[in-house]
Amino acid sequence: MHLSFVDYLIIAIYFAFVVGIGFWLRGQMKTSEDFFLSGRSIPGWITGLAFMSANLGALEVMGMAANSAKYGMLINHFYWLGAIPAMCFVGVFMMPFYYGSRARSVPEYLRLRYDEKTRTLNALSFAVMTLLVSGIDLYAMAILFQQLLHWPFGASVIAAAAVVMVYILLGGLTSSIYNEVLQFFLIVFGFLPLALLGLKAVGGFAGLERSLPNPGYAHTWKYVMHASENPLGVNWFGLIFGLGFVLSFGYWCTDFLVVQRGLAARDMIAAQRTPLIAAVPKMFFPLLVILPGLVAIAWPATKNSFGDPPNYNYALPMLLGRLYPSGLLGIGLTGLLASFMSGMAGNVTAFNTVWTYDIYQTHVNPGKHDSHYLLMGRIATVAAVTVGVMTAFIVLRFNNLMDYLQLLFSFFNAPLFATFVLGMFWKRTTSHAAFTGLLSGILSAAGHYLLYHFGYIHYRSPMAANFYQAMVAWSVCFVVTVVVTGFTAPKKEEELVGLVYSMTPVNRHADLPWYKRPAVIAVSVLGLMVILNIIFW
Amino acid sequence: MGGLDIRWPIGFIFTLYGVILLIFGATANPEMFESSLGMNIDVWWGAGMLAFGLLMGIFAMRASRENRT
Repeated sequence: MHLSFVDYLIIAIYFAFVVGIGFWLRGQMKTSEDFFLSGRSIPGWITGLAFMSANLGALEVMGMAANSAKYGMLINHFYWLGAIPAMCFVGVFMMPFYYGSRARSVPEYLRLRYDEKTRTLNALSFAVMTLLVSGIDLYAMAILFQQLLHWPFGASVIAAAAVVMVYILLGGLTSSIYNEVLQFFLIVFGFLPLALLGLKAVGGFAGLERSLPNPGYAHTWKYVMHASENPLGVNWFGLIFGLGFVLSFGYWCTDFLVVQRGLAARDMIAAQRTPLIAAVPKMFFPLLVILPGLVAIAWPATKNSFGDPPNYNYALPMLLGRLYPSGLLGIGLTGLLASFMSGMAGNVTAFNTVWTYDIYQTHVNPGKHDSHYLLMGRIATVAAVTVGVMTAFIVLRFNNLMDYLQLLFSFFNAPLFATFVLGMFWKRTTSHAAFTGLLSGILSAAGHYLLYHFGYIHYRSPMAANFYQAMVAWSVCFVVTVVVTGFTAPKKEEELVGLVYSMTPVNRHADLPWYKRPAVIAVSVLGLMVILNIIFW
Repeated sequence: MGGLDIRWPIGFIFTLYGVILLIFGATANPEMFESSLGMNIDVWWGAGMLAFGLLMGIFAMRASRENRT
């Protein structure tokens, strides 16, 4: 990859711009709520974009490209079996509780629905997960530096961490929502030409299908009857239950960075519609993120450059360097760098908040002056970045970012989803049961991981192991919670109003014209999704 | 009502990037576009980004006028 003056110029303009917006906004607005309050004239599709861009980052662009270079078109399932149904479910069934319960965070919902210890357990596991995830952004940024400046990996990681610290100090967080929406467009404009040029390079869809390593790479559903027939090494049951149900619903329904965007909407119906609107463009993301990975593994100019043993994370940077001329290269790199930085900064802030308020202030050292906690927050920021550098070296052991990310989700999100489902739809579920269930779920994931890691259980791919680990964690949490509920006393019914499905009046939006009702929108979105599944069968 | 309509910054930066790509692509040595399969993608994509940026700016302007009146 070779950068020229114009590429540096484009990157520099972005940095100047972000710092500029940060200064301009300072004093005017500080939170995401201000952003949405100020934006009454802003149409609903922007809220939808913010919902989506909370999760679309370079992590998704680079990780999904790596994922599809390794496993082929089966990765479409992450969208057309996982994300889209989960987003519809959030919009129709879960948003009413989040929005109606006045909870402002996921741990807070758990405190209201269950008790303090369940919240603390969730806060702790969230803090650990955030630190482990933040290594991904640093790793990905370091890979870019490595390719651009030819530095060794260690130096690149430290440089990446330094850039993130500067970004946070300069107030990159004050304007975070602006950056996220801006980034979304930068990534779309920066990477759409890559998919189109890549497709042209391999001779269209027909040429792509011919040059993929084997037919298993070119189909979404055709080879899922038996695990041995497809590169992912999973059959339909593992896909539907492990990925489609546990991992995807677990992520979209309990990940607060995502849900929060919907909460900022101006009323319940807008909040419900947010994920549904976001689901429409999301459906076409495979074009943006999966196609480049497929091209990288099929195109003769790149397919032998993954190294030995292959590191699939190079799929996207490699293709970028091969196909983009100066100018466009600057745009693509700006999109990547921008989203790594804000992704990392977002993780650091999330860790900082949970550590300082949910753990430190609540349990370790309560009752101190505000300035004490502010200082603690600053220390936590520095500590989080430092730990992030260390976790970047863990990521180095994975040849596909998504293998690592889904591994983390199978530990933390999968059991949490069972706790949520039971809490929201079964009013009998008790607090002790939720705590015991969640803890056993996490521990069972750990047990499964050790058995897999030391070779006592065997799967056809690391991703297959993640799917089954998620199923184990979810099922253990579910069963333990149900069993313990049988032996413990439930909460009083009046405490559960607005928190549990059967205790909350359901608004069917009969007053709205039919095409504006969330359920109708959700069904149309799902219909479109089924069509895509059939086209790319 | 404080705050900034998100369409302003989007419109501004895409207009700027579009112009840069257009000028750079139009004046660059055609050999540079061998990597992009012989297509002068900078000019084409620059024009697209410019159009998108201007459109966002126009929307933002219309919205701010409506708010004022």
